[in-house]
Amino acid sequence: MPTTYLEAIREGLWEEMERDPNVFLIGEDIGVYGGAFKVTAGFLEKFGEKRVVDTPISESAIVGASIGAALMGLRAVAEMQFSDFISCAFDQIVNFAAKCRYRWNAPVPIVIRAPSGGGIHGGPFHSQNPEMWFVRTPGLKVVAPATAYDAKGLIKSAVRANDPVLFFEHKGLYRRIREDLPAGEYTVPLGKAKVARQGRDLSIITYGAMVWTAIEAAETLAREGIEVEVLDLRTLSPLDRDAVCGTARKTAKVLLLHEDTQTGGLAGELAATLTERVWEHLDGPIVRVTAPDTPIPFSPPLEEAFLPSAQKVVEKARWLHKY
Amino acid sequence: MSAAELTIGISDTASSSPGEEAELAGRLWHYMALMREAEDRIERKLYRQGKIVGGVYVGRGQEAIPVGTALHATAEDVLFPSHRDLAVFFIRGVPPGRVFAQYMGREGGLTRGRDGNMHMGDLKLNIVSIISAMAASVPVAAGAALALRYRQSNGIVFCYFGDGATSRGDWHEGLNFAAVQKLPVVFICNNNLYAYSTPLSKQMAVENVADRGAAYAMPAEIVDGNDVLAVHQAAGRAAAFARSGNGPYLLECKTFRMTGHSAHDAAEYVPKNLWEQWGKLDPIARLQSHMLERGWSSEAELDEARARVRREVDEAVAWAEASPFPDPATLLDDVYES
Repeated sequence: MPTTYLEAIREGLWEEMERDPNVFLIGEDIGVYGGAFKVTAGFLEKFGEKRVVDTPISESAIVGASIGAALMGLRAVAEMQFSDFISCAFDQIVNFAAKCRYRWNAPVPIVIRAPSGGGIHGGPFHSQNPEMWFVRTPGLKVVAPATAYDAKGLIKSAVRANDPVLFFEHKGLYRRIREDLPAGEYTVPLGKAKVARQGRDLSIITYGAMVWTAIEAAETLAREGIEVEVLDLRTLSPLDRDAVCGTARKTAKVLLLHEDTQTGGLAGELAATLTERVWEHLDGPIVRVTAPDTPIPFSPPLEEAFLPSAQKVVEKARWLHKY
Repeated sequence: MSAAELTIGISDTASSSPGEEAELAGRLWHYMALMREAEDRIERKLYRQGKIVGGVYVGRGQEAIPVGTALHATAEDVLFPSHRDLAVFFIRGVPPGRVFAQYMGREGGLTRGRDGNMHMGDLKLNIVSIISAMAASVPVAAGAALALRYRQSNGIVFCYFGDGATSRGDWHEGLNFAAVQKLPVVFICNNNLYAYSTPLSKQMAVENVADRGAAYAMPAEIVDGNDVLAVHQAAGRAAAFARSGNGPYLLECKTFRMTGHSAHDAAEYVPKNLWEQWGKLDPIARLQSHMLERGWSSEAELDEARARVRREVDEAVAWAEASPFPDPATLLDDVYES
């Protein structure tokens, strides 16, 4: 029976809680209700109230309490009901958690799970991709899995990490993708990208749900004889710059793709890295396909226009390939 | 409780033998005097000599609060001192030299030059560092208490903040969460009537910080924060309450900041009569009078003790000045686990 992306996260959390009695969950509606998306369904029954803490609607307290517990030797996995609400906990994340180790040698092993992304008609406050607020904060690790395999392996590594990890799980993938997972225990290391599709003509560097958009575009382009390589970053911070430069050296043409808005998006940092490190290997300009710099709108035609699509990627890739 | 309502006298200590009372008074005096001497040196000498760069925030006049409370802490307890609670560090065993090194940005400081002034902590001593945003420590303190209970420790948490911090959302989120979860935290407010230049009347519509306890079904007590024996007794009640598993306790200590917000602030916004009124209520002077009155100490003994504190601070400053500045080659270290 193939495992969904959502079930993969649940399995990973379940295994880590069975393995380490210091791991606990904290968040809104995660216990009795099992979480807004049911990621933690069944955890309260299995692990009890001590290890599955339902909280008031207090994102800052959820993260703050996670930090305090982590400083005292526990490992907190906090859930933001939607990643859009993470801004309520911003100071705790970027000023408290991120800086403890650097300032006073105090590790903060917490994971903040944040269901993110659009395509579900969630509107401006249930669809955002806030990862870059955290990617640009030294001291935080940021993860955004695209597959069920990686979601499970990365959540397990995130729980075991001795640094604060932001775990952006794309809610559009929760039940949309599934795959057979290995029976035994495995983890996926933080900080390592993966080639999701091999190709020789052009590289698409992306992450999260856009990996699937990139693969869809690559299949269309393959029918035209253009072989696209898709690099799935998996971890956004620390960034696997070697893998980024590796695929660019191989294909000499790079398209950067993300669902996040454009200005200050990861593509800018990737483009700068490529320019600094592999400029002489490139045979064309670095191009971006991203959401525009607007809030994410609600109405389906507007949301569709906002989100990067395989068609938009194909058009841009064709142009770059001809360049 | 305004300055006028506070009496110049001092609380009688409850039900302990005269020998124990004298011994306790001696310890309370020592840590208050050490904090005063260290901060006078920091604010009035080293800062003005340019040996301390950056911010200087002291607790002059408020020493009774960290001292009267933290002396109740056991080794298992976890403390979250704020920026006017220096004595907490001394009571926990941090050598004063490391505090001066911290202020001077030296390798020997608790943050090895990564941060300055009161932004310091030591996990081995169960002291958690504040950050600059007021009240950010409050939910973190609740989480530490959650962990203590989780591990079935007998420890409790002491969480310090000023009146201004109680306006922040983090304060309310933290108190509410601690109350809902019945966590073992003593929340200790130094209500010094000013948050930077903002007087209490512009900070809150209620008269007392303790009035806010009702919103969280939390017992809240007001104590004369310049009477160290009263603070010590109240903190004992608060700690016992939290340690017995009854949940959190809010202790409001009425006091006054006998200085500006920071070393650069002349505090001209403070009416002159407040300095005069509160100057008469100096917690160290009050304890000294009490000690002399009770025959727990003589003037000569106090003079000797003052000289010992000055020597300790002299030696600590020398130690800090001998501590090297951090090596710029370490700039990139410890952002993440290596």
